[in-house]
Amino acid sequence: MTDTTQKAALSRPPIITLSNAMPWIVATVFLALMPVIFPSNSAITIMNQMAITIIFALAYNMLLGQGGMLSFGHAVYMGVGGFVCVHVMNYVEDFGVPLPLPVLPLFGGLFGMGLALIVGSFSTRKAGTVFAMISLGVGELIAACSVIIVAFFGGEEGISGDRTYGLPVFGVEFLQQIDVYYLIAFWLLLSALLMYLFSRTPIGRMANAVRDNPERAEFLGYSARWVRFYSFVASGFFAGIAGGLFAINYEIVTEENLNLAQSGTILLITFLGGVGFFFGPILGAILFTLLQTVLSLQTELWALYLGALFVVTVMFFPGGLAGLIMMHTMPLKFGKLGSLVGPYLKTLVPGAIGILGLAAALEIVFHLRHAALGDSEMTLFWTTFDSHSVAPLAIAVIAAVGGFWLAKRAAPGMAEAYHAANTPRGGSV
Amino acid sequence: MDLILVNLIDGLVTGLLLFMLSAGLTLIFSMMGVLNFAHASFYMLGAYFAYQISLFLGFWVGLLVAPIIVGVAGAGVERYGLRRVHQYGHVPELIFTFGLALLIEEVVQFIWGKSQMAYEIPEVLEFTAFAIAGNSIPAYKIFMIFMSVAIFIVLLYVLTRTRVGMIIQAALSYPKTVEALGHNVPLVFMGVFGVGTALAGVAGVIAGPVLGTFPGMAIVLGSIVFVTIVIGGLGSLWGALVASLLIGWITTFAKSYNIEMANILTGIGISPPENMSESMFRDLWTVTSPQIADILPYILMVLILVFRPYGLFGKRDA
Amino acid sequence: MNSATTQGKAALELDGLRKSFGKTEIIRGVDLSIGDGERHAIIGPNGAGKSTLFNLITGRFPSTSGKVRLNGQDLAGLAPFQINRMGLSRSFQITNIFPKMTVFENVRCSLLWARGYKYSFWHMVSRAPDLTEAAEAILEQINLTERRDLPAGVLSYAEQRALEIGITMAGGANVIMLDEPTAGMSHSETDYIVDLIRKVTEGKTLIMVEHDMGVVFGLADRISVLVYGEIIATGRPEEVRANPKVQEAYLGAALEAEH
Repeated sequence: MTDTTQKAALSRPPIITLSNAMPWIVATVFLALMPVIFPSNSAITIMNQMAITIIFALAYNMLLGQGGMLSFGHAVYMGVGGFVCVHVMNYVEDFGVPLPLPVLPLFGGLFGMGLALIVGSFSTRKAGTVFAMISLGVGELIAACSVIIVAFFGGEEGISGDRTYGLPVFGVEFLQQIDVYYLIAFWLLLSALLMYLFSRTPIGRMANAVRDNPERAEFLGYSARWVRFYSFVASGFFAGIAGGLFAINYEIVTEENLNLAQSGTILLITFLGGVGFFFGPILGAILFTLLQTVLSLQTELWALYLGALFVVTVMFFPGGLAGLIMMHTMPLKFGKLGSLVGPYLKTLVPGAIGILGLAAALEIVFHLRHAALGDSEMTLFWTTFDSHSVAPLAIAVIAAVGGFWLAKRAAPGMAEAYHAANTPRGGSV
Repeated sequence: MDLILVNLIDGLVTGLLLFMLSAGLTLIFSMMGVLNFAHASFYMLGAYFAYQISLFLGFWVGLLVAPIIVGVAGAGVERYGLRRVHQYGHVPELIFTFGLALLIEEVVQFIWGKSQMAYEIPEVLEFTAFAIAGNSIPAYKIFMIFMSVAIFIVLLYVLTRTRVGMIIQAALSYPKTVEALGHNVPLVFMGVFGVGTALAGVAGVIAGPVLGTFPGMAIVLGSIVFVTIVIGGLGSLWGALVASLLIGWITTFAKSYNIEMANILTGIGISPPENMSESMFRDLWTVTSPQIADILPYILMVLILVFRPYGLFGKRDA
Repeated sequence: MNSATTQGKAALELDGLRKSFGKTEIIRGVDLSIGDGERHAIIGPNGAGKSTLFNLITGRFPSTSGKVRLNGQDLAGLAPFQINRMGLSRSFQITNIFPKMTVFENVRCSLLWARGYKYSFWHMVSRAPDLTEAAEAILEQINLTERRDLPAGVLSYAEQRALEIGITMAGGANVIMLDEPTAGMSHSETDYIVDLIRKVTEGKTLIMVEHDMGVVFGLADRISVLVYGEIIATGRPEEVRANPKVQEAYLGAALEAEH
C-alpha cells in the first residue's frame, strides 16, 4: 500500500491542475469580458494597444529579466515582423492566396525569429554592456535602412495594407475593432502561455542560471553563449508576433516601429512593471498604456513625468511594480497586511500631495514660459487661474515642500511597520 | 586633389569632435565599467548652458564656464545617482543612464522648448581662414581643430605625466589593485565622471553653433559615439581616437563623393535588372554613397564585431 | 613522468603542462597521472599554482604548452562546458553558485545536461520526475533538504560549500575536482564536509586542492606536492610525509604538527 502511494508520488504530475490553470482561466474570462464592460471604440483601441504591448514586453523580458540581456534595439524584431505581415497582407490581396488573417502573426513571428537568428549569432557571445551596445548598433542600422531600402520599408511613409483582404473567417471580416480585439486577445493568451511554459523548460531554467552566473553554468556542461542565443531567438519570435498584430491592428507600419525611441519605450515599460517576475511586464504594459493615454491628454509634460518616474524606479525600486507587490507576500502570509495601511497612508498621502504640488509648479512655470503671448489663463486640477500671478505658484510650491516634508517625517514609521509586518506573530525571525 | 584636402579637414573636424565625446566615454567605461548612455546628453547640456551664458556674457565666458557646470552636474549624477545604482550591477547602471538621457532631454525641452536655439559662432571667428581651390575654410573650423587638439594634448599630459593620471591609468588595467593600494577610488570615479562629462560639455559648447542647439542633438550624436568606442575597442583611448577619425573621414568622404552602387555593380560585371521598378533589388541598385553615409559607422561596427569581437584596439572584456 | 599509476588505467594525465602570465611562468612543466578511482590531493604552499593548475585542467585558462588528457582524450582548446560533458566536474575555491535561485533549482540545473535535457524547450522541468527525484536525493545527501526552497544566496557559508559540492557531483561526472572544499570552515563543519566528500565520491576519481592536512591525509590515496609550479613529489601519504625534499621545501614542521 505504501509502495503504491510512493510510486504515485514519483510519477509524472498531471499536466493541468486547477491551481496552475486558474490564472489562465481568469485571464481568458477577463479578456472575454473586457469589451462587454468597456464597449466604446476608444476603450477597445486602448485595449488592443495594451495587449500588443503586453506581448512585446513579455518577449522583451525573456531577454532582460530571464536572460540578463539588456537590449537597446529590440523594436527591430517587432518592427520587421510587422513589415513582413503588411507585405504578406498586400501579397495575399494581390494574388488571392487563401490565407486566413488570424494566422498572419505567425509570419511576423517567423521573420522576427529569422532576424534574431542572424543577429544573435554574433551578438550573444557576451552579455552585459557588449550585448547592449551591439543591440543598439544593429537596431540603429536597421532603423536607418528603412529610408534606404524603400522596397521593403516604404521610406518615410512606411507600408500600409488592408486587413479585410481575404475571405471572412467563420463569417468574421475583421472590419470592426472588436473583431480585431478578439484576434489579438487570442494571440495574447497563446503567446503569454507559451512564454510562461518556455520559462519552465530546461533552456528557460538555464537562461536564469546563465543570467546569475554564466561561468558556473559553463562548468555544468552548458555553453552560456548558446543558452543566450536560444533565449534571444525565442524572444525575437514573440516580438515578431507582436509586430504582426500591430500590422493587423493599425494596418500601417513605419520607421517609428523600428527606432531607438520604440526600443527605449519597451525597456521603460518592462522595467517599470518589474523584470523579476513573469507578470511584471504585463503590469508595466497596462500601466504605461493607461498613463500615456491619460497623461498625454492632460499635459504636454507627460514624457518628463514618465522619465522622472523611470529614473526614480531604477534608483529606488529596481524590482519595479511587481517587486513592490511581491514585497508584501510575507505580511500577507502572516496576516499582517492590515497593520500596514495606517503607516502607508501617513507617508504616501503627503507624498502624493508633494508630487502633485511639484507637478503643478512645473506646469505653471511651463505655461509661464512657453504659452503664446498674452495667454495667461490656464486650467489645472479643474481650476482655472492666471498663470502669471504669484498665488497659484506659491500654493503649488507650499504643497510640494509641505507634502515631501510630511512624507519624509512619516517614512521611518512606515519602514518600521513594514519590518514588523515581516515578522511572524508572537516571535522574532 | 584640392577637394580631398577640403574633405580631410572636414572629416578631421567631425572626427575630433567625436573623439572629445568618445574619450570621456571610454575613460569612464574603463574605470567604472559603466557605459554612460547619457554621455551625449551632457554634450547637449554643454551647448545649452553655453548658449544661455553667451546671451549675457558672450561666447568665450560660455566656453569657459559651461563645461565646468556640466562637469559638476556629471559628478553630482555619479555621486547621488550612479553610486546608488551600482550595488544592483552593471545592467541596472546602464538602464539608469538610459533613463537619465530620456530625462535630460525632457528637462531641456521643459526649459528651452522644442525649437532650435539661436546659438551662433562668435563674430571674431566669423571669417574665412583660407581657401583651397575656391572652397573656403571657415576660421571656426580651424578653431575647433585647435581646441580639440589642445584638449587632447592636455588630456595626454595629465594621464601620462601627473600622479592623478598614473592612478587613473593603473585603475584602467587593475581597478581592484588600485583600490587595495588605498586610493580613494570612489573619489577618483567621481572625478573621472566629472571630467568625462565636462569634456562632452566642451564638445557641446563648440559644436552647438555649427551642428545646431536643439533637443534632438544628443540622440543624433549619441549612438554614433557608442558605435565609435565599440569599433575602437571598449576602454581603449587610442582606439577611440582612431575610430573617431575613421568615422569622421568615412562619413565625410561618402557624403562628398557621389559613388553609385549601380556603377560598382556593373563594374564587377553584374548587369542591371531589365525592369528596374519591378525588381526586388531596385533599392540596392539606386543606392548612392551620400545616402548611406550615416549608416556606414553601423555597418563598420557590425563587421568589426563579427571579425574582431573586441574592436580595433580592445583587450579587456566588459 | 615521476610516478607510475598505481591503479591501472589513468583517468587524468598531465604531460609537460606549462602556463605563463606575461613573463612569469606559474606552472613550470607538470607531469602527473591520476588513476581511475583514485583520490588524489594536491598540496603546496600559497602561490604554488594549485588553483591555476585546476583552471588549466578544466579549460578556464588555456595552457601555454603541454597536454591534458581525460580518459585518454586530449582536452586542448576545449571550452569548460565541453570538458564538463566529457565527465569532469569541478568546484571552486570561492563559492560559485546561483545565488538568486533556490537551493533545489541550483541542484536541478546542474542535473540538466547530464540527464540529456540539453537545450530542450519541449520538456517541462517540473514534469520530469527523474529530475525532481535525483535533485531531492542529492539534497538529502548534502543535508539541505530543509533548505530546499530558500534562495541559495541566503544559506550559511558551510551550507553554501555543501551546495557547491552537491552541484559539482550532481551531473554524475566520473572525475571530480574540488578546490579547497574546507577553506574557511570550523572543525565540526570540516568533519561534516569530509564525510560528505567521502560519501559522494565513492567509486569516482577525486582530485582536490586542500590546505588542511588532516583532510588530506584522511581522504587521499596519493598526494602530489606542488611548489613554484613544479611537482616535487608524488606518492602515498606516508611516502610524501617521509620525503626529505617535501620536508625541506614545504613546511615540514607544519606536517609534523598536523599529525
